[in-house]
Amino acid sequence: MKLSGAQALIKSLEMENTEVMFGLPGGAILPVYDPLIDSSIRHILVRHEQGAGHMAEGYAHATGRPGVAMVTSGPAATNIVTPLADAYLDSIPIVVITGQVPLSAIGSDAFQECDTLGITMPVTKHNWLVTDAQDIPRIIREAFHVATTGRPGPVLVDFPKDIANQMMTWEWPDSVNLPGYKPNLKGHPKQIKEAARLIGESHRPVIYAGGGILKARAAEALRELAELTGIPVVTTLMARGAFPDDHELCLGMPGMHGNYTAITAMQKADLLIALGSRFDDRVTGKVGDFAPDAKIIHVDVDPAELGKVRRPDVPIVGDCRNVIERMITAVRSDQTKRDWPDLAPWRHQVKAWQTEFPLTYEQYEDGPLKPQFCIESLRDHTPDDTIVASGVGQHQMWTSQHWKFRHPYTWVNSGGLGTMGFAVPAAIGAKVGMPERMVWAVDGDGCFQMTAQELVTASAEQIPVKIAILNNAYLGMVRQWQELFYEERYSEVYLSPDLPDYVKWAEAMGCVGFRVDTPEDVVPTIEKANEIDDRPVVIDFRTDYREKVYPMVPAGQPNDNIILGPETDRPGGR
Amino acid sequence: MDGSHHILSVLVENKFGVLSRIAGLFSRRGYNIYSLAVSPTEDPRYSRMTVVVDGDSAPIEQVTKQLNKLIPVIRISELTADQAVERELMLVTVKVDGSFRSQVTELASIFEAKILDVGYEAMTLMVAGAPEKLDAMTELLAPYEIVELQRTGRIALAKLSRESSKLKLVKNKGA
Repeated sequence: MKLSGAQALIKSLEMENTEVMFGLPGGAILPVYDPLIDSSIRHILVRHEQGAGHMAEGYAHATGRPGVAMVTSGPAATNIVTPLADAYLDSIPIVVITGQVPLSAIGSDAFQECDTLGITMPVTKHNWLVTDAQDIPRIIREAFHVATTGRPGPVLVDFPKDIANQMMTWEWPDSVNLPGYKPNLKGHPKQIKEAARLIGESHRPVIYAGGGILKARAAEALRELAELTGIPVVTTLMARGAFPDDHELCLGMPGMHGNYTAITAMQKADLLIALGSRFDDRVTGKVGDFAPDAKIIHVDVDPAELGKVRRPDVPIVGDCRNVIERMITAVRSDQTKRDWPDLAPWRHQVKAWQTEFPLTYEQYEDGPLKPQFCIESLRDHTPDDTIVASGVGQHQMWTSQHWKFRHPYTWVNSGGLGTMGFAVPAAIGAKVGMPERMVWAVDGDGCFQMTAQELVTASAEQIPVKIAILNNAYLGMVRQWQELFYEERYSEVYLSPDLPDYVKWAEAMGCVGFRVDTPEDVVPTIEKANEIDDRPVVIDFRTDYREKVYPMVPAGQPNDNIILGPETDRPGGR
Repeated sequence: MDGSHHILSVLVENKFGVLSRIAGLFSRRGYNIYSLAVSPTEDPRYSRMTVVVDGDSAPIEQVTKQLNKLIPVIRISELTADQAVERELMLVTVKVDGSFRSQVTELASIFEAKILDVGYEAMTLMVAGAPEKLDAMTELLAPYEIVELQRTGRIALAKLSRESSKLKLVKNKGA
């Protein structure tokens, strides 16, 4: 069968079970948009290429399937660099197709030409430039394979315009042959046994669960391991939902804005079982002082993570689910051979911290609206399996802290790159992937202004996402740092609560807009929003600008220096 | 160069952009490349890169692991100086007017260098050998004034075992 390169590309995407793609056409990619008309693939026309990338990410977060985005060359390619970098740091599988000027024009500074391959090399797991239409099926097959296997990540295929018009003989490869790419998923049996032995000798162990648990679909295995051993679990920002927050062994989020118990349990631990986590600086604080007494078991599918930040005592390269399942077997067998230490005193100590240092805030009946109250009300008045997306900043930390996650894949956020503006497009992508679920985005006013125009996309495509803006009229997290570390010298952080008028803006974009100023209006408005299912809804919650995210470990400090709240005037103070 | 250098022999797919991927990885992780030599291998699908990295700027285990993540990288062997045979080629142009010419040709013959070109006031030599030999020759030529000097960067292969494989088999059985 003879096909044009463009037809071959669309057919290859279909062969990879692409049901939807997010994109925006333009000159160089034009030929590919023609066969798309006849394809089964749903195309969602975005308003900015960054939106396409984040939608693909949100889709991948929620479904576990690779998100696909397609844009043209030059400025479109550079606009999608941010989502690529975001997906790279958070190991999100997305496949991005970019148009490119004809092969013969590459390097000539042609109209809308840029070195997409060069620009995206550092932010993709791998990228390809198609130089022969005959290679299209192989490259697309490889691209999906690389994006979704091993440590997942973004890939990019740069597609010159003349390749789209070149004829080729269609043939779909039966397998992928990449001699330099062989992810090791199994985990070394000896190391797994050694890990079980180490667990059986520890008195203060903590499971340090990261995003790798979700990527490996290992939430059930994790729960089984925790329950079998009675070891408490912290879930990092990327792993929220990987272990249910209402489980008695769950300690919640560690790190810079983690809760006291999660941070302290890690600090005092004699063993950290790091599962798909990467000792990020936002988790460890000052690395040299992090968990000083802990031995480390580190499981990761990416060998480069083992020993990158902290040298593990037992490194295990492998897929989290594989390794955890076999660790469970190893633990069971070890437990029959000898007595394991009683962890009750340790769990008792952990409970005591939880009781003494809970997350707190105060919502006064007639006082200003507290952001945490909005989030908790939202949580309490939405279905259990609601997917929540967030942007980056204070609202993100509050959501991670106060949302009670009970299911995996219900939390969509930008962890590593910290991309403001992530929430709206990511929520749209998640809703496209999971149309039967309720999807809320909790966004900040600063973040919302970066990508809000994608609500036009959502209205046009009838994707009924719901957005809760925690509008404190500031770039809140920056303001918080200026208040705490720059002697309250506020530099360029004020945004105004009324400019723009969020309700009018929402309406102009085809959404329903609400404004909430007082605590008693919170729940009724959420309920009204929940009833709307034919268009997006935006609620402008006017929140207290003075509210700060606590606890907080100041950047670069040891994790022993936890500032618990405004009343503790010094680090570590109670 | 001090003793903290590492030689990485990297087998890569012979495709465009591979050098850029490798060089880019070094620069964005803050590692320094001391020297680099690239050429196709006996199998034209692959190239071999011999990268000498400065061990102080680059934690070698991380460098290797990060390089291994690049998809066109097939295999990496780390070669320490005593496990490898290393060779490098140097071209050097030295000023030689009149009476000094014979001294320089004498040096050239000691170092088994070849005289590639002779001019009225200068001559160009080629010398191949272990990097230390090139260093020594450079030092000795310096007083005559070096006009231009170019080294290829070292290439290296693992040292071969001197034991017969049959003998090894016998030994292993014995153990």
